[in-house]
Amino acid sequence: MSISTSLSADGSVLTIKIQGRFDFSSHQEFRDAYEANEDGVKEYVIDMTEATYLDSSALGMLLLLRDFAGGDNAKVAITNCNHDVKKILTISNFEQLFEIK
Amino acid sequence: MQQQEALKILIADDNDSDRMILQTIVRRQGHHVITAVDGQDAVELFIKESPQIVLLDALMPRKDGFEAAKEIKELAGEELVPIIFLTSLTDAESLVKCLDAGGDDFLSKPYNRIILQAKINAFNRMRLMHQTLQEQRDQIAENNEHLLQEQEVAKTVFDNVAHMGCMHAKNIKHLLSPLSVFNGDVLLACQKPSGSMHVLLGDFTGHGLPAAIGAMPLAEIFYGMSNKGFAMTDVLREMNQKLKQILPTGFFCCACMIDIDFNADEMQVWIGGLPDCLLVRNNGEVVKVKSNHLPLGVLASERFGVETYKFDMSSGDRFYMWSDGIIESRNVEGEMFGEERLNAVVQGCKNRDRLFSAIHQGVVSFIGEGERDDDLTMVEVQMMPQNELGLDEAHLSASALVGPKDWSFCYELRGQTLKEFNPLPLMLHMTMEVPGLRPHSGSIYTVFAELFSNALEHGVMGLDSSLKRSPEGFARYYAERAAKLDKLDKDWVRFYLDHKPEGVGGVITIRIEDSGPGFDHTIYARKKLADNDGYSGRGIPLLMTMCKNVAFNDSGNSVSAEYHWHPEN
Repeated sequence: MSISTSLSADGSVLTIKIQGRFDFSSHQEFRDAYEANEDGVKEYVIDMTEATYLDSSALGMLLLLRDFAGGDNAKVAITNCNHDVKKILTISNFEQLFEIK
Repeated sequence: MQQQEALKILIADDNDSDRMILQTIVRRQGHHVITAVDGQDAVELFIKESPQIVLLDALMPRKDGFEAAKEIKELAGEELVPIIFLTSLTDAESLVKCLDAGGDDFLSKPYNRIILQAKINAFNRMRLMHQTLQEQRDQIAENNEHLLQEQEVAKTVFDNVAHMGCMHAKNIKHLLSPLSVFNGDVLLACQKPSGSMHVLLGDFTGHGLPAAIGAMPLAEIFYGMSNKGFAMTDVLREMNQKLKQILPTGFFCCACMIDIDFNADEMQVWIGGLPDCLLVRNNGEVVKVKSNHLPLGVLASERFGVETYKFDMSSGDRFYMWSDGIIESRNVEGEMFGEERLNAVVQGCKNRDRLFSAIHQGVVSFIGEGERDDDLTMVEVQMMPQNELGLDEAHLSASALVGPKDWSFCYELRGQTLKEFNPLPLMLHMTMEVPGLRPHSGSIYTVFAELFSNALEHGVMGLDSSLKRSPEGFARYYAERAAKLDKLDKDWVRFYLDHKPEGVGGVITIRIEDSGPGFDHTIYARKKLADNDGYSGRGIPLLMTMCKNVAFNDSGNSVSAEYHWHPEN
């Protein structure tokens, strides 16, 4: 499990890339990833290409980010989910809260 | 150096005194001498005694020196037996005749002992050199034969592994030399249990055995994992890790792998180090797919990337992969076929059904009389309805259907273990041995994870989810979790896992018990996913959506759930 971040050239889009299992053990790392890059970021992209599994605490962490980024006005996209990850997000109605690509 | 070795030398001269003189000189030089009185005698003695050098008088009764020389040379076969003619003749024509008859040199009478000695030594050196040369030639021939035999065996073994696949499917056209594995080229195709297909074209660095050696584990992993339904990215990770582990630095495998899904009409492409691949759409559009990864076996696992290109596909769309042998083919002038010519062929061929052979023909006629390497490797994979692939469903390799289906186990984790060990990957791994279950691994992991964290966090440790109301609370929750985890001692969590086949799928029954006093599960069970706007409380509702018959005992320290599954189509 590891998390890496990259900022777009103009500093407005922060991409957070999740590798492996996304669960409570990455809570601090995930929080640090967006809190450390606060200034000027208007959009967040969670890249799930290499995320294998997630559990309900990961759902809570995604919601924490959403609220951090402005709640209902937040722009958070979750991209490249594999079939399993997408299924969990769908069951939890996260499609209504996030842009899932 | 002059007198290194005593030789057996045959002297043939019908003149008694000449023969005696020569015999004396040669013997004094330390050689063993046999004498013959005429040509016929010389040939017979040659057969009997196998001398190493022959000194032959030109004119003798019964059989003259010229005839004897011819016969001796013939008898000697591949061995070099130097023949020096002894002659008092001095005219050029006679001397030439000596050499034409197979003589290697001539020596004029009367004999000069120093010149005689020098010639014997010189011819002996030549004889030895010839001998060495021949031994080495035989050695090389033997080695080569050995090598070919070994290659044949290796190829048979490799073919047995490589041909497990579905290269014969109706949507695949390919070009591959029979000994391609020794050029480092590998082409593999396998249908997954879900019906979609993995195809891989690989090109190892180098030629011969070093190039072939990595092909075996590559094919094993490819078929082993694809047959079990692993995702392409998992297969790639495993192949990369294996090759990185076994290949010496500087050896690697350029590769392109696709996962073509005939139901979802999608294709994923991973490409590392191969020339651009082409997606040729039915509507005429041509999409170039460029390599965006390093080859397999270069990067350590943690740096290896598995980002893929994703394409929506329509029936009749075709995807082309090739090794560099195609664009690097050279004609007589040493020019390369190159990408431009390749593109011209693709653009110029309006009948897509014939594009594959058009490209092949284009390359072959370009090479013309040029040197043809056997490393033209290329494959076309076409999108078509799954039922037209010509693949027998039973072909969904037997190994995919064999495995443990009816079993149960109990796994109890005690305090010390709970502190430092996450049991979920191990349990998932064991559960995934059930044939056909692999595509469900993500959902099953989530089910396991929810049950386990409920048992551990709420049951054993008595943590309260309502802490998770704020970001700070969220952090405090996990800080408290860590602190309590550290104090665990006599506590335990027990999994009962049971799998029974049901129709073509099966049922996993999970019961989990813990040593805690229990917790009020009813609060969570009442929560609906739809109107939950908090950061927590999704675990149990999620579980109830994914499983059937989720049942808690009264105190809440024993929960059971059933996960029903069917093979995905």
